[in-house]
Amino acid sequence: MAIVDVQSLSKVYPVAIKEPGLKGTLQHFFRRTYRSVEAVRQVSFQIEPGEIVGFLGPNGAGKTTTLKMLTGLIYPSRGKVRVADYIPFERKGDFLRQITLVMGQKQQLLWDLPALDSFRINASIYGVPDKEFRRRVGELAEMLSITNQLTQPVRKLSLGERMKAEMLAALIHRPKVLFLDEPTLGLDVNAQAAVREFLQAYNQRYRATVLLTSHYMADITALCERVLLIHRGSLIYDGNLTGLLEKFAPYREVTVELDCAIQAQDLMDYGEVGNLAGCTASLIVRREALTQTVARILAELDVKDLTVTDPPIEEVIGRVFQAGVV
Amino acid sequence: MPTCLFGGGMKRYLSVLRLFWSTAIAAELEYRLNFLIATLSSLGSLTGSLFGLFLFYRTGYQFQGWGWEEALVVLGIFTLLQGFSATLLVPNLNKIVTQVQEGTLDFVLLKPISSQFWLSSRVISPWGVPDLTFGLVLIVYAGNRLGVGLGAYLLSLIPLLFGLISLYSLWFMLGATSIWFVKIYNVTEVLRGLLEAGRFPIAAYPVAYRVFFTFIIPVAFLTTVPAEAMLNRVEWGWILGSGLLSVILLQSSKFFWRFALRFYTSASS
Repeated sequence: MAIVDVQSLSKVYPVAIKEPGLKGTLQHFFRRTYRSVEAVRQVSFQIEPGEIVGFLGPNGAGKTTTLKMLTGLIYPSRGKVRVADYIPFERKGDFLRQITLVMGQKQQLLWDLPALDSFRINASIYGVPDKEFRRRVGELAEMLSITNQLTQPVRKLSLGERMKAEMLAALIHRPKVLFLDEPTLGLDVNAQAAVREFLQAYNQRYRATVLLTSHYMADITALCERVLLIHRGSLIYDGNLTGLLEKFAPYREVTVELDCAIQAQDLMDYGEVGNLAGCTASLIVRREALTQTVARILAELDVKDLTVTDPPIEEVIGRVFQAGVV
Repeated sequence: MPTCLFGGGMKRYLSVLRLFWSTAIAAELEYRLNFLIATLSSLGSLTGSLFGLFLFYRTGYQFQGWGWEEALVVLGIFTLLQGFSATLLVPNLNKIVTQVQEGTLDFVLLKPISSQFWLSSRVISPWGVPDLTFGLVLIVYAGNRLGVGLGAYLLSLIPLLFGLISLYSLWFMLGATSIWFVKIYNVTEVLRGLLEAGRFPIAAYPVAYRVFFTFIIPVAFLTTVPAEAMLNRVEWGWILGSGLLSVILLQSSKFFWRFALRFYTSASS
């Protein structure tokens, strides 16, 4: 049975409209006009226990709004949601004990005190006995390799260490369902990788269900077999990652550094030319032609440096919509 | 706070409260100089009020039925209330606004604990201690000169408790409006200004104000009624009224909070 069950979920926000300038301000003050914004439209999906699912989409696509409805923070306008067999917005104690929400840009730890103090408060709220509390903190701290930092005031921790401590605080009650909103935001590559590894280990050890949003493609590729793609409030893809990349990003970005004397038309033969700044150019090359094209570039041009990258997910989605594929 | 208001698990709530307050004091005591400043400011404001009262009574004028020491009891209770609000109300309820703005209210709402309990008791500030002390000193000093007995002191605790509950409920409801008016920084300052009226016996004000301070903003119930109980001249009707008011306001604060949460959209991220 699905642990997360979402059916035709929608959320409409009233948003006040304000014209610029003094006149607009006065009008806005005295007679406010509203426009409805449909942040999430008719979204349906199911998640089975133990799955790790990536939730993708550009800024403002409705990812966070959906997560907030799934955790019961905001009230859905239409549709049905069930998480762990509860209706989230009722926020019953037994429901809240089974879920957690980690937000990359908000923190719950007490700033002036060691993280351990915040953990202890959470443990007493969730009714975790003292002995069990110490066991869990020990175990999670080891998995996150943060044992030595827990007795320092949170304000003295680095961003990466703080994020790890936030995770620990959010997991002290051993939730079954984890909702993660940009958990790696602003972290350096090593810290990102550490968080990722931890999530994977946690998922395997406790069969926890994870739904995560991220802007970093690497997070998604490392963790999620299945992704949900949302754009302007609608779900446009639900399936595995390979399928998504084949469907929406059948190309790679090849960046080459050359001798300066090159024109855009000289490169057009290899692929679509993106940026051309000084001696550096980026090319969009179809995935199946990648090896061949790179070989040709290396053979035919005077290449100083060459890199191949996945285009950023935002760009992929942007291109998809421009091209009108969906 | 009685747990019947927040659902079962008295023991759990008490242990949470203990951790809330011990961590809050640990955090506050990182800033030691604040204590000196709080003491000085409390002394300064008390001296000001005493001097104001003294100006009235110097010439033999007195508020209707209130001698000098009796008026001092009112001032003492007022100082005590100020200490209470500096200890619990200001640090907790004025922070609701910030939590709504920054979206950290999300974390509170996702905990299996009453969010009203959390928001009302999360921190305790030691900076109200000077006011609490001076208030008590003033009450005991005036009470001794008037020959107030132990029974009367205890009796006054009842309307005082009711007064505290009413004050808390009003303050909480004002703080809760930040769900709609996200930038409502100083709405509670308005309330604080009106409560200043509780410094003097309610008889000191013209009749129209008396009605306003008693029934619209229940200032009379906060200081004058407990003082009268202490002076052994309160009518039971007033104590009963005070109790009824506190129950109604407390219930209203609960309903109001639940109502407000339906409009919470949670700061965007």
